[in-house]
Order: sequence, then structure tokens, then C-alpha cells
Amino acid sequence: MSSPVGARRHLVSSFVPRKRRGAELFLLFLALAVGVSSYALVGLGTEDAVPTDILEYGGGLVALALVSHVVVRVTAPYADPVILPAVVALNGIGLAMIRRIDIARHAADHGAHLYATQQLVWTALSVAGFVATMLVIRDHRRLQSFTYTMGLAALVLLILPLVPGIGVQINGARIWIRLAGLSFQPGEIAKICLALFFAGYLVVKRDALALAGRRFLVVDLPRGRDLGPILAMWLVSLGVLVFQRDLGSSLLFFGLFVVLLYVATERASWLVVGGLLFTAGAYAGYLSFGHVQTRVNGWLHPYDHYQQYYQIIQGQYGLAYGGIIGRGWGEGSPQITPYAWSDFIGTSLGEELGLTGLMAIILIYGLIVERGFRTALVCRDPFGKLLSAGLAVAIALQVFVVLGGVTDLIPLTGLTTPFLSYGGSSLIANWIILALILRISDHARQPVPDLRLPAADDETQVVKLR
Amino acid sequence: MNKPIRTLAIGCLVLFALLLFNVNYVQVFKAGDLNADARNTRARNAECSRERGPILVGGNAVARSLPSDDSLKFQRKYSQPLLYAPVTGFFSCIYGTSQVENSQNSILSGSDSRLFVNRIIGLVGNNQPQGGSVLLTINPKAQQAASHGLDALPGATRGAVVALDPDTGAILAMVSSPSYDPNRIATHDVSAATKSWKALSTSPDKKMLNRATAEIYPPGSTFKLVTAAAALSNGYTPQTMVKGGTGLDLPQSTDVLHNENGSDCGGNQITLTQALVVSCNVSFGDLGLKLGATTLQDQAERFGFNEDPINELTSATSQFPSGIDEPSTALSAIGQFDVAASPLQMAMVAAGIANAGDVMRPYVVQEMRSPDLTVLNKAEPQVLAHAVSSSVADDLTQMMVDVVDAGTGLQAQIPGVSVAGKTGTANSSAAKSPYAWMVGFAPADDPQVAVAVLIERTGVARSDITGGGLAGPIAADVMKAVINR
Repeated sequence: MSSPVGARRHLVSSFVPRKRRGAELFLLFLALAVGVSSYALVGLGTEDAVPTDILEYGGGLVALALVSHVVVRVTAPYADPVILPAVVALNGIGLAMIRRIDIARHAADHGAHLYATQQLVWTALSVAGFVATMLVIRDHRRLQSFTYTMGLAALVLLILPLVPGIGVQINGARIWIRLAGLSFQPGEIAKICLALFFAGYLVVKRDALALAGRRFLVVDLPRGRDLGPILAMWLVSLGVLVFQRDLGSSLLFFGLFVVLLYVATERASWLVVGGLLFTAGAYAGYLSFGHVQTRVNGWLHPYDHYQQYYQIIQGQYGLAYGGIIGRGWGEGSPQITPYAWSDFIGTSLGEELGLTGLMAIILIYGLIVERGFRTALVCRDPFGKLLSAGLAVAIALQVFVVLGGVTDLIPLTGLTTPFLSYGGSSLIANWIILALILRISDHARQPVPDLRLPAADDETQVVKLR
Repeated sequence: MNKPIRTLAIGCLVLFALLLFNVNYVQVFKAGDLNADARNTRARNAECSRERGPILVGGNAVARSLPSDDSLKFQRKYSQPLLYAPVTGFFSCIYGTSQVENSQNSILSGSDSRLFVNRIIGLVGNNQPQGGSVLLTINPKAQQAASHGLDALPGATRGAVVALDPDTGAILAMVSSPSYDPNRIATHDVSAATKSWKALSTSPDKKMLNRATAEIYPPGSTFKLVTAAAALSNGYTPQTMVKGGTGLDLPQSTDVLHNENGSDCGGNQITLTQALVVSCNVSFGDLGLKLGATTLQDQAERFGFNEDPINELTSATSQFPSGIDEPSTALSAIGQFDVAASPLQMAMVAAGIANAGDVMRPYVVQEMRSPDLTVLNKAEPQVLAHAVSSSVADDLTQMMVDVVDAGTGLQAQIPGVSVAGKTGTANSSAAKSPYAWMVGFAPADDPQVAVAVLIERTGVARSDITGGGLAGPIAADVMKAVINR
């Protein structure tokens, strides 16, 4: 019998490996019930009838979820059982809300572009991406050998939207490429590449970054030449901010790097240095760029300029109108808010599902992030630790930045709400992140291989030498 | 690396806690303000598409919601818009609400806690909750008479009429002229509503202003009732001799207070009754000096001055200034200087005298009913203040009867009925024509109605403007309508 304190101290070593796939399946059915009944309620709320395509839609969602489950069961039997159901629940709720906005927009304008069916297709493609990742990457540690490839890929992906001809500017941000009629946000994939690059790079450099340096006041400052990478990343983030006008991604990339630097080196001084650089960059950005000032003013005093900050104000009205229990699916007016199906899906959900529903959604995100960190804690190799912690932080930061933005907690920046918002790039990227976390988690939760040498008859052992 | 990961997990916990805290703040604490924001179309549209309860006068709905074939489902309609607009106000999906539509909004919209059971039934039946109805105290005949009276004056008239039930404080008539058509603001046609709103809010006539309660004017000689009440309450009798003559030298200055038309009020010493009958400025200015500013202010406040009389309608507080010097006291005693009263306030003065000295709190909502006609609330008359003793009230009544029978208020006479009244002609500024006032009640021996009539401006030559001449007949017509003569 160990004391509770002792149990916590030995969380990693005392971890009992269990597959828990049955638990995952059960949770998955709960998640599907949420998604499919939301879809049915959207029909009941808007047109007083269960949608006629509920079977196709519900069947599709169930099939996709079951495929993911089977793939996990086969390729990652020890993976965390909570993350996949949480993601399926969010994806289902997002689909229902996108359909709900579609119905309202269709009622107002019969020519309006509809998103829900497309999002279902994107979901299918995302699950395909998830399955492919699970099948191809059987051991996450092999990704470490692609560290610099990933770094380069990230840079290329970030630069792509700036390339004339394929890059397009939408709503002021130059973060899109258009190829063969399809728009894509390469930044979403770049996010994964960057996480892989950071993790691989820092695993190698952590000792040098951690041990060399001098103490100033109370913080251990790194050596000047070790500051190189963080300064480079800072410049890349500023570049994203300046050339692509993408405040959210800039913050996300830089935050991710600083946080991983801290995890790798275990030195809080990196947080101080990163925080100072962020503050300096943010302040310089505020002084230099009109669109940053606009965002900050819209955050502080939205009601002074009703037309200019119409979106954020309507988001607030929507939240207030939803109140504690919400208007119910199809009973609110979320379509008044511009981009209610993508950036502002958070306030749309707050309006129709109320404070209760929105808090539940935030908690589901919290659960995913917590499971990501748990994976990092349990994981035995440093690369896996860094990668899963990084991916968890990326989700947490993105959720905070976008939901905080639309609810006027922080200045509004353009980021998608993971798994909820309409958008193929974001959905595919986030499902791949899910696959990576599950892959690491499967590895981390597996029983430790018995490395003790067998006691006797070692003569009969056949040793394979590659 | 586990320690920083744990730290990070706590950091992320803080971020999520901030998100949760913020949505609680917006959706619970800030929600009320946000929903009440005039620009918030969500809350307004929800209210617009609800079946709002009717506003009733007598047995008729003067405001009700009829099914409309647009997305908002119900359209507010006003059946006699110009006549009742000053009381009902408007209900607009764009511009909000005013007057009774505003003050009774919770009942009319159905959101009142007393309609909770109805809402639950509606929720179970998947029906939008229906609003309750509001019955006004207005007497339709008196309202018509008041409106006709103002309309009959020549030219573009600005004025107001208020009639009260002296026993209860119930408002029997309330008319403000010029009036407006709330249907034009209530319409779902946004561009038409916007146009009407702009025209109304910029019109120099201030058509949406309820002059009966929301504007204050110098009450002029009608205020002599308050001064007389103060005198009678402080040892004077109707027969007490007071100063008459053509002029009163104002202390601390070289100014002299004169009478209208330079008369001498019938002598250098006249009775208090005579002073009121001929509306003698010299007598009341002198009385004001003798009684003092504090006594006058106290008496005015006991009639309701310096206090908001009603919360069901937009109202202005009638004023009697404090801490004034002697010349100002003399002017205040005849309802000039900084004394200002709404027509409702002057009707309350008449009603207080009629009700043996007790001023009742005025109200315009008689009953609130649920959609199934259960009475939710009935008005309960309340005494606002004890203005004078009943014997002083009796003396004042007799003096006011003399005013109508033999003084400045001849035009307010009703054949076969004894009418008590007091006229007033108040100067605002040299450039503007004077305000014509008439206050009174009838029958004098058993008062059923007290009125105040104010003509702010009308198409009559300046020299022809007198309270009795312009406002007197209207007061008589309104009183006749109430007492069925």
C-alpha cells in the first residue's frame, strides 16, 4: 500500500497498462449520440421535422467513427480511450451547427453557399488522413529523423500563400492557397510540421540550451549563441504577422516554440525571454500595423464603433441571448453574426446551447488537452514527450486564442476552432494531430518490454543481426 | 521533463478557467445589459415575434398585436393612434418602447414572473408565450373631449390636458398636442419606420413629447391655489383682508409687481377670496412675502412638487426652488420665477383640494390581466401627501367656485353644475406668447373629476390669450364628459 502522495510521485512507474478499447467504444457511442441527435434537433428546431438525410448523415458519421475506432484497435491498442470520442463529439456538434447556419442562410438567400455537406466530406477526408497517419507511422520516434525536413516543410508551407499565383488573400489575411479550384490553409499543416521540428530539434539541443548560461538576477539566462533559435522563431512569427497578417498563427507558432523550449530545458528563463520577446513583438505590431490596432480597439471598446466591430458585438449579443440554458438548436439567430459557421462557431454554440453547452464544449477541449499532457507525462522517450506536450499546447493555445477572441476575452484573431469550425485544412490537420497523440499514447501506455536477459538456455536464442 | 509538463498543464488549466470565467461573465452577468441594448436585434426580434398583450381603454384595445405575414409573426397596431399615443407610447422592433408600452413591458411581453405558469404551459405546448393585457384608467369620452378641445383651437396648437379622479388619482384623460402616429414607428418596414422616426425626433413640435407629464411650464396664476392653501393653513381665512392695489414694491430691488391690465384688484385691502377671484398678483406676491419661501416650498411639496409623481409614464419633476431671496419669493408665489409644473402636477393640486386635502398618487394602469383574463393586479389608490386640512380644502373649494361663478373662470361653467376652478396666464419670456392655464374640478360639492388644461401655443393673438378664455371651455368639456352632462 502506498500513500496517495507516493502514488502520485510514482505515477509513471506505477502505471498499469490496459487497453481500454471497450471504454473507447462506449464513449464513442455517447459521442455519436450527441452528434446525431444534435443534427436531428437542428431539423426539429428549424423545420419542425427530423432532417430527411438523417440516415445518410448519421450513418456516415457512425461509419467514420467506427472506422477510426477499428484502426485504433488494430494499430494502437493501448492508445488513450478518451481522446477519440471527445474529438468525434466535437466534430459532430460542429457539423450540426454548420448545418443549422446553412438552413438559416438558405432561408434568407436561396443562392447562399452551403457548407455542411462539404464539411461532412472534409470529415471523411480527415478520417482518411487519420487512418493513413495511424497506418504509416507505426512508431513516432521514426519521425525524429525527419526533423530538419519538417522544419523546411513548415517554412515552405508558410511561404506558399505569399507566392504570387497560388496565394490568395481572404478577409485581409494572406494565409490561403488555391490550387485546382481548392482552397487550402497551409499554415494548419505547418503547425504539425513545426511541432515535429521543434520536438526533434530540442531533443538534440536540450542539454546545450539547458546547461550553459549565466545567472542574472533570479533567472538563468541562456548563452548568447543559444538564443539563436528562439530569435529565428521570433522572426518567423513576426514574418507571419507582417506578411500574412495572421495574428493568431503568429502567436500560436511562437508560443509553441517557447513552451517546448521550456519543457526541453526545464528552465523557466525561456518563458521569461519568450514572454519579453512576445511583448516586444506584440507592442511593435500594435504600433506599426493598423489591423493589429483595429483588433485591440475592437477588443477594448467594441461598442464605440458598432459598424466596425459588428461581428464581435453580434457575437456578444448571441452569447447574451443564449443565456444560461441557450435558445435550443435552431431557435436562436446565430446567422446574424458574420462567419457564424467558422470563426464564430463558438458564439453560435453559446447562443443555441447556452452557457451550459459552451462550457461543456470548453471542458471537452480541456479533456483532450489534459489527455495530451498525460500522454507526455507517461511517455518514455523525450521526443514523444516533447511532441505530445507540444501538440497538447498547440490545441490549448488555439482554443484559447479563438474562443477567447470571439467571446471578447482577448483581441480577436483569425483562427479556426479545432474540430468545430468549417474548414478542410483545419479539420484534416487536427485529425492528424489526433493520430499523432494516439500513436504516442499507444507507445507510452504499452507494457514495458521485458529487457531482462533470460536466465538460461541462451544458447538456443537466435539473434537477428539486421 | 515531467515537471515543466505539469507546470504547462496547470498553465493550460488557467487558460481554460479564464475562458469558462469569461463566458459566465458574458452569458450571465452581462447578458441583461446586452439583451437590453437597443441595437441588439436578437432580443428585439424575439420580442417582436411574440404575441404581445393588448392595451385596453374601456372595452376596446387601443394597442394590440395582430398576426403579420412576415418573419416577425406579429405586428403592433394602434387603433386610435393620435388620441392615445401620449399614454400608450410605441412598441417598435427598431426603436424600442415608450410610455405604457415601456413601463408595462414585462406584462405585455409575457416575461413577467406573474405569468410564469403561462410560460411553462406555452413551453410544454411548444407555443410562444402570449403577453398579458393592461387596462388603462382612461375614460374614452373624457379623452375624446380633451382631444377635440385642443384640436378646435385655431392654428398649430401645442398643449396638454390631464383629468384625474380626485378620490383615487386615476388618470381619466391625458392628451398632448400635437400627437403622433405610433403605427408609423411600429411598422416592420424598416425604411419607413426609420424615416418616420427621424422626422418625429427632429420635429420642432416635439410630437413624441407627452406635454402632460414630461414637460414643465411656469404655472402662473394657477399656482395661487398653492399660495392660498399655505395662507389658509397658516391662520388666514377666506375673509382675511390682504393687500390689494395696483403694485407691490419688491424688497431689495426697485422692481414693482403689477396686476394684469394694471387693475387695482378692487381696492387697497381686499379679502383673500376677492384676491383669488380676480387673480390679484399684488395680493399673492405680498402673501408670499409674509408667508416666506420655506412655507411656500413646504406647501408646494405637499401637493407633490419636487418629486416624480408617476413611474408608469415618462415624467418630469415639477419644481419649486429652495433657498430663494425675497423678490423671487414674491414672484414664486404667483407661479413665476423658477416655479415650473407639469399639467399633471397642476391637476394634482386641483384633485388634492377636491379630495378634502389628500393628494392621491396618479396612476394610469387600472388592471393587469393574464392572457386567460385572470386579474393579476388591480390598482390600489395611495395617498401621496396630505396637502391641506379638510376645512382648508373646503374654504379653497368655495373660493374656486367663486372664481368660476364670478371671476376669471367664467368660461369653465357647466349649466346646473357647480364648478371650482382657477385660471392662469403665465409669462415665459417676452418673445414667447404666454401659457394659458385652467385647473379645476366638478361638481364642487361631490368632486368626480379634476382637470388641468395647458395651452403652450396656439393661433390666437397674444392679447387674446387668457387662461379662462382658451383653456376654460376645454376644461368644462372634459369635466362634462366625466360627469355625463
